[in-house]
Amino acid sequence: MMRNVLLFALVAALFILTGALQSWNSALGILNMAVISAIMAIGLNMQWGYAGLFNVGVMGFAALGGLGVVLTSTSPVQGAMAAGGWRILGALIFAVAVIVLARILWLRTTGKIRYWLLAACLIVGAIIFRIIFDAGVEGVESIRPTLEGNIGGLGLPVLLAWPVGAILAAGAAWAIGKTALGLRSDYLAIATLGIAEIILSVMRNEEWMSRGVKNVIGLPRPVPYEVNLQQDPDFVAWVVRHGFDPVTASSIVVKLCYLGLFGLVLAGIMLLAELALRSPWGRMMRAIRDNEIAASAMGKDVKARHLQIFIIGSAVIGLAGAMMTTLDAQLTPSSYQPLRYTFLIWVMVIVGGSGNNWGAMLGGFIIWWLWVMVEPIGTAALSTLTDALSDGWLKAHLQDGVAHIRLLTMGVILLLVLRFNPRGLLPER
Amino acid sequence: MDFLNAMVVLANFVVIPALAYGAQLALGALGVTLVYGLLRFSNFAHGDTMAFGTMVTILATWGLQAAGIGFGPLPTALLALPVGIAGTALFALATDRAVYRFYRKNRAAPIIMTMASLGVMFVMNGVVRFVIGVDDISFADGERFLVTARDFRDATGLDEGLAIRMTQIITLVVAGVAMALLFWFLNRTRTGKSMRAFADNEDLARLSGINPERVVRLTWIIVAALATTAGVLYGLDKSFKAFTYFQLLLPIFAAAVVGGLGSPLGAVAGGFLIAFSEVGITYAWKKVATYVLPEALAPDGLAQLLSTDYKFAVSFALLVLVLLVRPTGLFRGKSV
Repeated sequence: MMRNVLLFALVAALFILTGALQSWNSALGILNMAVISAIMAIGLNMQWGYAGLFNVGVMGFAALGGLGVVLTSTSPVQGAMAAGGWRILGALIFAVAVIVLARILWLRTTGKIRYWLLAACLIVGAIIFRIIFDAGVEGVESIRPTLEGNIGGLGLPVLLAWPVGAILAAGAAWAIGKTALGLRSDYLAIATLGIAEIILSVMRNEEWMSRGVKNVIGLPRPVPYEVNLQQDPDFVAWVVRHGFDPVTASSIVVKLCYLGLFGLVLAGIMLLAELALRSPWGRMMRAIRDNEIAASAMGKDVKARHLQIFIIGSAVIGLAGAMMTTLDAQLTPSSYQPLRYTFLIWVMVIVGGSGNNWGAMLGGFIIWWLWVMVEPIGTAALSTLTDALSDGWLKAHLQDGVAHIRLLTMGVILLLVLRFNPRGLLPER
Repeated sequence: MDFLNAMVVLANFVVIPALAYGAQLALGALGVTLVYGLLRFSNFAHGDTMAFGTMVTILATWGLQAAGIGFGPLPTALLALPVGIAGTALFALATDRAVYRFYRKNRAAPIIMTMASLGVMFVMNGVVRFVIGVDDISFADGERFLVTARDFRDATGLDEGLAIRMTQIITLVVAGVAMALLFWFLNRTRTGKSMRAFADNEDLARLSGINPERVVRLTWIIVAALATTAGVLYGLDKSFKAFTYFQLLLPIFAAAVVGGLGSPLGAVAGGFLIAFSEVGITYAWKKVATYVLPEALAPDGLAQLLSTDYKFAVSFALLVLVLLVRPTGLFRGKSV
């Protein structure tokens, strides 16, 4: 217990130090992303720590959460539904129907014929789908392409988008879990790696949906805008009375509002996760993880439980992804990179302590802080080192390369923790 | 005549590129499958091993070019390839010593080794980016074409030209030689047989006096050679970019799984299968169709099944199909 308190105190000290030495604004900025990272790490910890599922598609689920924000909270584009939105919707429903039909054909037939039937069903289905779908897409994308060119969203409050993001991620997790769970553990890894790439390439290319690489900017926010605060005389008077600069103060207040929201979500998820882990359900999950054969001999449905925890964990990651997109107020599909969004979260879970929710959360805070701070620290260290060097090719090259030191650092940290402290900072009880 | 034209278009845009890409994937998948079969884990650092090998080769190429040494019509990188292989093999052996050996000695679960390979991936990625940067680097020199489209048209009198790039031919030749060597080694030599015995049953192999550490070292050297060759060929054919190599992990894994993890023959078949599906599905068939089909049936659109941005979706779909229908892969790989 003492160890937990000490470690969390250390994290708090890190952030306070950053605030005091750099600026409170940037410390809060890092903290907000750290909270989101911690939620992602808790989601991943459910999959890996409770159940031993190796999910390397965190990026995809987080991106789906972001897509949820766009589809829920942006206002609908005028005339998009008439121009082709209904067609697209119809095509998507048709696609689902084809897949269901293919599944029924596959189950109801035997022998050689089932392969032919399956292929025929999928090929004919794909051709009809493209005929319906392409015209719809063309219609939607031709609406003011520089500004919109997508179907927009439902115009609902942005907070509602968070659970929607979670549901989208859960749906993807269901599909992938149905296919790859129950096979060898590495197959799930490869399948999730693939689905994450595909989700991202869909988001980068389907402009009718997410505007692709043109990005969706100016997403609605659940908190006040800095500009509005600065124009509010009451606010300005209040901060000036306490001796702050209105511009900085407004930015800090906005960040604090976000922090409050994110903190509430983190606390809620933490509470639920801890309750679940201590419940009979949690004991069953750990029993399955530690010995699948024994657990299934006791009558536990291992595959169904794995699917369940995989979906729940992915939903938590999707929720965090939606929160992150809300914080950024924009969706930029090209900015999602597996090293940053998948493998960094893995480092958080391993370093923090897999199987322990508090550990995953701690890992989220520490590793995110390091990820942000390694670069300035590295730059400073390097400039002292290279001071002695004369200006030239080598010096310039080293200084360019400092941006990549964070990858190296994360890899070394992961390897060291795995080797010398495999149970992490806060081991599972 | 129309039919011949259609065949030429097909060869130019589908068959030759897919053969070259397939050979590159097959070499990559062979590395993955060997690590899986002999060291018993899925090596996520493989894409970055390829990038590392290519980086060393590029540095050596630049050195040779600066010294004024060329390889005639062939790219200088081929001369530098042995240096790249040696550098990568040393790195791989060092990684094994520092990282994987510990887990092997403790008989850790394969998933822990896979996790460690994530760490290695980070480190290698960081090293590559630190040394050579993140930009696109093109390092192919020498002749660009073996046959240009114009020469082909003049020689045959057809409307369509067939261009064969030097790098494509080199890819096929080098990959063919590498695979022949590998299969000869595994099937004919005493050491190769001991490696296969080790893959089949580790304990039995130990009892028969096979030195496991020697097998592991050999595996790493072969894997490094395959990865470097695959990476250099891919880089010559397209260009070198650290992030692209990381992304190659998906088609390479798909090839290895489709063929059957642990089966070298399967890896080769899987590589070509993935490459042909990827190229075939993302190719716009309009031109071929207009030559072959009667005019009334000619397509209006591009007749492209999927846009090239979705090439990953193709390998993924094949992977899922195999997982659903035949999880051990086409050539009955092994499972842990």
